[in-house]
Amino acid sequence: MAVDVQTTSNVAPVAQRGAKGMSTLHMAIFAALLVAGLIAPFFLYPVFLMKVLCFALFACAFNLLLGFGGLLSFGHAAYFGAASYVAAHAAKVWGLTPELAILAGTGAALILGVLIGSLAIRRQGIYFAMVTLAFAQMVFFFSLQAPFTGGEDGIQAVPRGHLFGLLNLRPDFTLYFVVLAITFGGILFIYRIIHSPFGQVLKAIRENEPRAISLGYRTNRYKLAVFVLSAGFAGLAGATKALVFQLASLTDVHWTMSGEVVLMTLIGGMGTVFGPIVGATVIVTMQNYLATWGAWVTIVQGTIFVIAVLLFREGIVGVISKWVKRPL
Amino acid sequence: MTASEGTILQAEDLTKEFKGFFAVDGVNLSIKRGSIHALIGPNGAGKTTCFNLLTKFLPPTRGRITFKGQDITAMSPADIARLGMVRSFQISAVFPHLSAIENVRIALQRQRGDSFDFWRSERVLNEFNSRAAELLADVGLTEFSNVQAVELPYGRKRALEIATTLALDPEMLLLDEPTAGMTPEDVERVAALIKRIGANRTILMVEHNLSVVSTISDTITVLARGKVLAEGNYETVSKDPRVVEAYIGGGHG
Ligand SMILES: Nc1ncnc2c1ncn2[C@@H]1O[C@H](COP(=O)(O)OP(=O)(O)O)[C@@H](O)[C@H]1O
Ligand SMILES: [Mg+2]
Repeated sequence: MAVDVQTTSNVAPVAQRGAKGMSTLHMAIFAALLVAGLIAPFFLYPVFLMKVLCFALFACAFNLLLGFGGLLSFGHAAYFGAASYVAAHAAKVWGLTPELAILAGTGAALILGVLIGSLAIRRQGIYFAMVTLAFAQMVFFFSLQAPFTGGEDGIQAVPRGHLFGLLNLRPDFTLYFVVLAITFGGILFIYRIIHSPFGQVLKAIRENEPRAISLGYRTNRYKLAVFVLSAGFAGLAGATKALVFQLASLTDVHWTMSGEVVLMTLIGGMGTVFGPIVGATVIVTMQNYLATWGAWVTIVQGTIFVIAVLLFREGIVGVISKWVKRPL
Repeated sequence: MTASEGTILQAEDLTKEFKGFFAVDGVNLSIKRGSIHALIGPNGAGKTTCFNLLTKFLPPTRGRITFKGQDITAMSPADIARLGMVRSFQISAVFPHLSAIENVRIALQRQRGDSFDFWRSERVLNEFNSRAAELLADVGLTEFSNVQAVELPYGRKRALEIATTLALDPEMLLLDEPTAGMTPEDVERVAALIKRIGANRTILMVEHNLSVVSTISDTITVLARGKVLAEGNYETVSKDPRVVEAYIGGGHG
């Protein structure tokens, strides 16, 4: 690389280029996604679409931790599932309105995130992953045994209720737009977190933690913060899903759910903005259309996973991003 | 024993044992405020370990460290940085996939205190752009502002590291081999830069380039096998027969 000093004329504008908040390209993609989200229920089955949305938010929450915090959790089903149980219980037993039930579920995930996160972030790499998995297994066994979770049956026939006590969410079509608002809002919020002063420090920690420490950043606190935020958004997704399917079950807290969100994020492209959305769409669509294949779905998923890991490590969006030479 | 007036950093009986091996063995160091102090010695002498101990990146097995009259032996590395003692690393420490200006801005961002405000747009960081540009200009990196650090040639990476460290405006800098692996021109530039920034700061540096050491340092401590072998100015130290022997016997690089 040439080290000669270039003329100063083309230097000034470069040096002035700074943080932009949201690039025009990203804004355009978000707008396109919103439009697609608004017209999709006129063509596709709303419950399927809501499932895609919930998992897209779940994967984005997971990607916040893995792709931007550099922390691999193998137990994200704990937050997704616990929130789903709490929201279902709140709506069914306490009779809370849907927005409060979702808030209760999200709050539970946040608290769980603080508890598990503060223990897990003391460990690095694979040990961190093992600690998160171990705690997620504890949440699973708790869900199996606890008196209010309904054991193998889960909590069924959860009422969707009236939003703010006014809007009846029983029709799928109505609920769809509420779910769209929640997930889209959640994903935008995650985008903001990545592009905040906090997000900038996260990037630094992921890039070179000792250097960040030597600059005076107490990195463990940032790691805990991103862990809790990620758990919270995973909870928001799980709580919303409980209302959509009117069900909270062991599937939501099972370790395979933790694996699925890893799969979605890696297939879509970890550390990208839109990758988890694409990954969730691909996996949920596959599960939906291949449902009749039974156990074969798992095998197909596994195969896709292996191919993805071997051929495109960057995931679908990661590869496209390399192509167009723009971060996506 | 309390730190005397002119002493900014003091280490007493500093010791680090790795499974029976004493990498640093009963080192006493006293760094005068405002001085440029060089730590030299053959490879494996324990210089980097010393830095790790002084900045608490490693817990000492034994000993006491005082910075600005405050006992920092039990303090966390981030808090030591916050007190005004900032280190660089022997292996170039940049944030590889951030641009040069972003690297410097991460350090400037510390002026905001903690950055836990995840709800605010990163645009608030643009207030640091002009200062970051100045710091980059100081180390001759203006035209590399928007180049990712990973793509910079080695000497430029070290310069970026110094600019990032200076962004914190620390009272004391610990530089681990700042000129290692640089071209002669880069060495000269960085040496001049260190001398310039040392005008109103304290600098402790590990350096192998003896011409750099002889021209810019006020005091030199020679370390060998974890122990202080000699201390003084360049004339005294370079004539010390034990130092000559350690360098010939231990080989230096
Ligand atoms: N983490 C560690 N574990 C075991 N031995 C170490 C460790 N770090 C350094 N050492 C040993 O301590 C000695 C001093 O190393 P170091 O401080 O890096 O020397 P210098 O920087 O003077 O070249 C070396 O023999 C090295 O192998
Ligand atoms: Mg060394």
